[in-house]
Amino acid sequence: MEEREREFLEYVQGGGQVEAGDWMPDEYRTRLRKFIEMHGNSELMGVLPEREWILRAPTLQRKLALTAKVQDEVGHAQLIYRVVEDLGKPREQCLDDLISGKSKFHNVFHYPTKTWGDVGVIAWLVDAAAIISQKALLKCSYAPYARIMKKICWEESFHILHGRDVVLTLMNGTDDQRGLVQEALDRWWGPLMQFHGNPIPADEDPMVIWRIKSQGNDEARQQFLDGYVPQIWELGLTVPDPKLGKDEASGRWHYTEPDWDELMHVVTGHGPRTEDRLDLRRTARENSAWVRSVLLAEAA
Amino acid sequence: MIYEVFRQERKGQAFQHAGSIEAPDERFAQWYAREQYGRRGESEALWVVERDSIMRIDDFVDELNRNYHRVDGYPLKEKLKEARARAGTAAPRDR
Amino acid sequence: MQERAQLLLEIADDELILGWRDSEWTGIAPFLEEDVAFSSIAQNEVGHARALYELAARDLGTTADELAFDRTPEEYRCAQLVELRLPGWEHTIARHVLYEQADAERLERLKASDDAEVAGLAAKIDREEVYHRLHAEMWLERLKDEPRFTAALDELRPLAEAVLDPSLRDGHTPELAELWDEMTSVRRSQPAGTTW
Repeated sequence: MEEREREFLEYVQGGGQVEAGDWMPDEYRTRLRKFIEMHGNSELMGVLPEREWILRAPTLQRKLALTAKVQDEVGHAQLIYRVVEDLGKPREQCLDDLISGKSKFHNVFHYPTKTWGDVGVIAWLVDAAAIISQKALLKCSYAPYARIMKKICWEESFHILHGRDVVLTLMNGTDDQRGLVQEALDRWWGPLMQFHGNPIPADEDPMVIWRIKSQGNDEARQQFLDGYVPQIWELGLTVPDPKLGKDEASGRWHYTEPDWDELMHVVTGHGPRTEDRLDLRRTARENSAWVRSVLLAEAA
Repeated sequence: MIYEVFRQERKGQAFQHAGSIEAPDERFAQWYAREQYGRRGESEALWVVERDSIMRIDDFVDELNRNYHRVDGYPLKEKLKEARARAGTAAPRDR
Repeated sequence: MQERAQLLLEIADDELILGWRDSEWTGIAPFLEEDVAFSSIAQNEVGHARALYELAARDLGTTADELAFDRTPEEYRCAQLVELRLPGWEHTIARHVLYEQADAERLERLKASDDAEVAGLAAKIDREEVYHRLHAEMWLERLKDEPRFTAALDELRPLAEAVLDPSLRDGHTPELAELWDEMTSVRRSQPAGTTW
């Protein structure tokens, strides 16, 4: 590693912050941009499974809350792509790469949503898993990203409450409604356990070394289990993993090892809904291309 | 065009940089800024300005250590100790 | 009492169904900033509907949700303009422009109502609608020379009259029943009165 790179590494490892115009080692810039871009892609793709339910929300309040939640996610995509653009990659190029499959988005957004139970489980648990990662990004060495994470985390706080409210209402309702939650949980547990990524040790994770992430994957997963398995069990719900439990002595949760092959398979574009969601994005984008041209043409 | 947005969280507080938006003109920029940074009533006020209108300054010189207009230019501890000794009013720590 | 409830339902149904249609753009609008902006407009519309339903619900001895969801498609009193599924942005904005113009006039009349509750609610709604009108004008300014947009305006303009004049409302398009089907699918999956 060159001298200047070494100094930079020491600087960020010592808590130093980097701004958009600063010099950065190529490796840092590349990894950073790819990471942030994947986050933006995920917010944008995460909208698609949920927006189907906006139209089917069973009360006015649920309709408003779900629309607002999805709106927030679009807003987050906007914030994130702006950061990527200031790092040198224009939004249109990011969208090109997303739609062509060249760039990735998080595993959970490749799966179908089948019932209203999914709406509750996603807002409660998928958002919870995401917020754990997002809180760790508040300390990202790249300051523009750390700053938007603050706004994102603040807005996510209502998402989880909305999710929990939907779930609790269902659990206090009819047998069918309770069944919706359990069935959704059974389907989402696998992707949830894979969400934080494979168990690469933090000190071997380049993202942690460059202080882009401040938390290892396993640590994030343990935090998720610690926070949310008790919440799941206290409602009388079961988790579809007979090996799931907490070792009281070490404080660590043990579980069936997630299927890392499935994770790789899904994020490389082979999830159950990957293709038709990307198609939807492609079509929406093509159909509205004329709008962007008109606005660009007349831009002062 | 890129517009930078500054927001004031509560009356009396300073406006802080909140982020940026892309818009074709001022009218759109105002609508979008209001939405992105105020739709939940989280801001008291916003300043929205074209990025190109902002001048950045990050080079400052002080080659000759001009500490005369900073607090660290006035180490008074020794002089105070001497003056107290002279007046017989030394603080307990000085003796 | 019934007369007031019917008047309120006409407007509430317009706002609800338009809000439903507008919310279809959340996540797939032409660009991200506009996606966020238009979603707020959709939410405001549903919020207006909710406030109007709540007032009508008191008159009719029911709840806002029951009015919004538990009637049959034939019982809704909305204008046909708001029912149409319009997947093209030019049509959506054309409808937005036409509806806001008509709604502005309608709200002026309601603000002058002898009924203090109706006048008060109309004033509140109008304060939010100011921004919707700004948004519609903003887009009109940009699209007014676009042939597909002017064609869309011409196409939809005849339907705008019924927004202001409810006597022109006679029945619904098949699109309302389709929308209603999707809108109520979760709610109908459990007995009436189930909490969601």
